[in-house]
Amino acid sequence: MRIPCPYCGSRDVSEFSYLGDAAPQRPDPSGDASSVEAAFFDYVYLRDNPAGPHRGLWYHGAGCRSWLVVRRNPSTHEILDVALAAKEPVA
Amino acid sequence: MRYSLFSLLGNTLGGHKGWQPTWRDAAPKPSYDVVIVGGGGHGLATAYYLASRYGVRNVAVLEKGWIGGGNMGRNTTIIRSNYLLPGNIPLYELSMKLWEGLEQDFNYNAMVSQRGVLNLYHSDAQRDAYARRGNAMRLHGVDAELLDRDGVRKLYPFLNFDDARFPIQGGLLQARGGTARHDAVAWGFARGASDRGVDIVQNCEVTGITIVDGRVTGVETTRGPIAAGKVGIAVAGSSSRVAAMAGMRLPIESFVLQAMVSEGLKPIIPGVITFGAGHFYISQSDKGGLVFGGDLDGYNSYAQRGNLPTVEDICEGGMALMPAIGRARILRTWAGLCDMSMDGSPIIDRTPTRNLYLNAGWNYGGFKATPGSGLVFAHLLARDEPHPAATELRLDRFARGAVIDEKGQGAQPNLH
Repeated sequence: MRIPCPYCGSRDVSEFSYLGDAAPQRPDPSGDASSVEAAFFDYVYLRDNPAGPHRGLWYHGAGCRSWLVVRRNPSTHEILDVALAAKEPVA
Repeated sequence: MRYSLFSLLGNTLGGHKGWQPTWRDAAPKPSYDVVIVGGGGHGLATAYYLASRYGVRNVAVLEKGWIGGGNMGRNTTIIRSNYLLPGNIPLYELSMKLWEGLEQDFNYNAMVSQRGVLNLYHSDAQRDAYARRGNAMRLHGVDAELLDRDGVRKLYPFLNFDDARFPIQGGLLQARGGTARHDAVAWGFARGASDRGVDIVQNCEVTGITIVDGRVTGVETTRGPIAAGKVGIAVAGSSSRVAAMAGMRLPIESFVLQAMVSEGLKPIIPGVITFGAGHFYISQSDKGGLVFGGDLDGYNSYAQRGNLPTVEDICEGGMALMPAIGRARILRTWAGLCDMSMDGSPIIDRTPTRNLYLNAGWNYGGFKATPGSGLVFAHLLARDEPHPAATELRLDRFARGAVIDEKGQGAQPNLH
C-alpha cells in the first residue's frame, strides 16, 4: 500500500504510522455528568468500523512529519483521499 | 456413521465406496429455536455443544460462504492457555481441557498435538513478566514451566542464542499447548452438530435482524426470512457489521493478521516457539510446512490480505531467531480478520435486544478458544446466564472500567 502524502508525494506505507479512526471527536467535558460520561465512553470505546470508506489518522514520521487524514476503503486497500489533519474542520 | 478401526477396515475391504458425507448440507427451515449467525469454528462449536450438552437441537448455523472458510481457515492452528489475567485464564483453560478430550468427544481426528508452546524471553524484565505469568497460570491450575537458557538450549539447540541484540535468556513453556488441524476442527464440530439434528446452512448470508418490541424474532437472509426464538452472533471479523443490523455499535475494530507457510521440510521444529523480542511465532505442520506469523498490519482493514512491510518484518524476526530457516521458500501468505476489541479480550454476552446474544472480539485468541467459546456461548444461549468461565467477558465491562487488558497497552486496538 502506498499513501499519497500532500507534501511528499506517493510513499510506501512503512513510512507512516497509524493512530486510529479519525471520526471520534473528544466531547466537551462540561455539562451534565452522566451525559458527559456516556459521551466519553462512546469516544474512547465505540467505533463504526465500516467495511466501506473509512477515515483514519496517519503520521508521516519518515517524511514530512505531518498528521494526515487518509480516507481509504478497508475492504480493498484503495486510498480515496488524503488531507492534512490540521486543515480538517473540527466538528 | 461412527469412525473406528473397524469402520476403516470395513471400508477398505469394500473399496472405500461406503463412506458417507461427514455432515448434512441442509436447506433452511422457516423457523428454529436458535439461529447461530456464522459457520466458523465458534458457531459450529456452539451448535455442537447446544445439541450435545444442553439438549437444544432445533438449531441452525447460517454461513454466508462455506463452513470454516473465514478465519477458521486462516489461523495458525496454535492451542494454548498461557494467559495472565483472571478474566481470561478460566475460559482458555476450559478450552484447553476440551481440546484434550475433543477427538474422543466428537469421534473425529482433529490432529490435536500437545507439542508444547515456548515463549522466549530476552531481558531481565521480560523474565520477571513471564515468571509472573507462569505463577498466575499455576495458581489457576494451568501448567507452566520457566526455563533458563540451558533449559531452552536443551529443547531447541538450533536457536540463535548469541544474537548480540536479543540474546535468548530463557522461556516460559506450556507443555500442554500445541497445535490442532484447524479444518478438521470445523468439520468435526459440524459433523457432531449435524448428527444431532442441527441444520448447517451454507451460502446463506444474514442481511437483517428482525426485532419486534425490543425482542429478536428472526433474521433476514439471502435464502429468505428465518424465524428464531434466539439468535447468537458468532461472526468474528464481521461482528461490527452484523451487530449494526441490530442497531449496535461495538468496542471493536477490524484488522488483518497475516500468516505464511514455507515449502514442506523434514521435521525440524518440534513445538511452537515465539520470539519475545520481536513478534514472531512458528510451528511446523504435520505436512512439513513451517507456519509462522507476527504482528497485525496495524490499521483498520477488512481486506483479508495484508501488506508486504509486515511480511518483511515477520521474516526478519524469524531470521533473528533461527537463521537456519532462511533458505526455506515461502509458499503462501494470507490474512485473517481480527476483531480487535478495545482491551484485547473477547466479548460473550447478552445484548440490549432480548434473545440476541453476542460472541465477538476474538483478537488473536479465536482458534485456541474454539471449543471453550462454543461451550460457554451454548451455555449462555441455553440458560440465559453466563457460564462460570466467562463471567468477566461482558459487553458492559468497558463502561464499568473493568477492562481485561492482557497486554497492558491501553484502549487502542492496534497496540494489542
